[in-house]
Amino acid sequence: MTMTARSSETVTTAARTAGAQRPARPGRRRRSKVAYLYVLPAFVVFAAFLGWPFLQTIQYSFYNWDGLSPATWAGFENYLSVFVDPELRGAFGHALVLMVFYAVVPILLALFLTALISRANALRGMGAYRTILFLPQVIASVVVATIWVSIYSQDGLLNETLRLLGLGDLARVWLGDYSFALPAIGFVGTWLNIGLCLVLFLSGVGNIQPELFEAARLDGAGAAREFFAITLPALRGQIAVALTLTVVSALKTFDLVYVTTGGGPGTSTTVPAFEAYNRAFNTGQVGSAAAVAVALTAVIMVVTALISRIQPKDVQ
Amino acid sequence: MRLTAREKVVDYVVLSLFALFAIVPLVGVIFSAVTPSSQNSGGFSLPTKIDLGNFGTAWSEGHFAGYMTSSLIVTLGVVVLTTVLAVLAGFAFARLDFFGSGILFFVMLAGLMLPAEAFIIPLYFNLRSVGLTDTYQSLILPQTAQSLAFAIFWMRNQFRSFPGEIIEAARIDGARDLRVLWQVIVPPSIAPIMTMCVLVAMWTWNEFLMPLVLITSEDRRTAPLGLAFFKGEHLTDYSLLSAAGIIVALPIVVLYFFLQKRFISGMLGGISAK
Repeated sequence: MTMTARSSETVTTAARTAGAQRPARPGRRRRSKVAYLYVLPAFVVFAAFLGWPFLQTIQYSFYNWDGLSPATWAGFENYLSVFVDPELRGAFGHALVLMVFYAVVPILLALFLTALISRANALRGMGAYRTILFLPQVIASVVVATIWVSIYSQDGLLNETLRLLGLGDLARVWLGDYSFALPAIGFVGTWLNIGLCLVLFLSGVGNIQPELFEAARLDGAGAAREFFAITLPALRGQIAVALTLTVVSALKTFDLVYVTTGGGPGTSTTVPAFEAYNRAFNTGQVGSAAAVAVALTAVIMVVTALISRIQPKDVQ
Repeated sequence: MRLTAREKVVDYVVLSLFALFAIVPLVGVIFSAVTPSSQNSGGFSLPTKIDLGNFGTAWSEGHFAGYMTSSLIVTLGVVVLTTVLAVLAGFAFARLDFFGSGILFFVMLAGLMLPAEAFIIPLYFNLRSVGLTDTYQSLILPQTAQSLAFAIFWMRNQFRSFPGEIIEAARIDGARDLRVLWQVIVPPSIAPIMTMCVLVAMWTWNEFLMPLVLITSEDRRTAPLGLAFFKGEHLTDYSLLSAAGIIVALPIVVLYFFLQKRFISGMLGGISAK
């Protein structure tokens, strides 16, 4: 959401740089013991409030526990139910739908627009456009949710527009509709991410040497050819970044669902993060909640690793 | 490279359309917030009469003075703590050679990928067992831990690109590590440190799940949590809800308008950073 997935953008590159740690540099060979003192405070906070609780989550996931009475060993039961419990399967399925709205639509649309206006970065006033396009990213997701609740309401902007266009029959209470509530939430993600992708891609095009375009034009390449031969390959890095950011934000969706629909109507808009929260803190299924959280983490890690493979290796 | 006139027109039209798409919901909220409650049905309409009273009503009825204070305390706490810890650790990872630095760095970096759900469940029970739930510390410490992954990564990249000769020169003059860091490296790195600070401030201010789980008493609610409760109490009073939403979002939006280059380059730039 607006919190932009607490910057998982850096992960793809970071994982690589961390792996390929520093080639030995002259003059810094001496090993430093003091170094541990510099890292220690950060590590203690990190370990106590994030690292250790994460390991505990894994431990919890192997137990049945209601949060009060003694826990009982459950083995892989909680993980099994991620696959067989229709509610949990539904939640992960919904996350897949959200990915289309959060990632696929904005990226394809932004790529198309980038092809159309590939050199807009040099335009006067581009700074102002960039500021506006990026603005949704900095607004608290709870506020974004409140805004869209009113847009989707009975007499809100969406229904108002439909009636204006003579499509009043299509008007409905969007967030209360079994088939439309999930796409409605997804569309908020499209709104959030389209500007981000566009800003990212346009800045990427700005880095392409103008001579390449000129050469292509001299060779008689059309706009489509130019896009597939030059722009698209040059944007691989930016596309990887956009994918990581948007896919992870789709998978992490919580605030928006909690505030707009609370998972409803029925269970039509539940998502994994919401299930984890709800099971742990409302329905007393702490073990199951932990398993959902671990499964979600695993999905995020796998997806991030897969996306990092399209990241060009020569950057940096 | 010159843009042709036709190109320019197409560019402006496309950009304006999408800027409009981004901004219409936000303009709608502003209109809605200044429309008297009695005339507001949730639609998009130019207010016929501007009523700023909604802000005052939302502020006092929603107890936003308290919520904003809580958010301010928590945000400042997280920003200060994260900055100090990340500068120290980033320096060590960038400039000092020690056994296990690769592994340690990688482990902390992996924190970037963890969704909050992956640690908040045990965290809640741990904090409750030591009586820390429902305190500002219970928000500041975990959110600092969450911010550290990005912050350390960011500082390490900045410090690595710092010219080594200057550091060597200071060392030859007899400066110890800590002095090198605070007097030689940090002053010229204020700009990237600021970028990190505004990003951490934004994430902390906007955070919702942590306070939702860890805060129970009303006077410690942060602004987004307060807004969620306020929404529950005023489901269809769109004027008040819009006014309250603007109150909650405003501090970060103002910061964004002043420092937008830092926001954009920081959020997109972890990647393209040198």
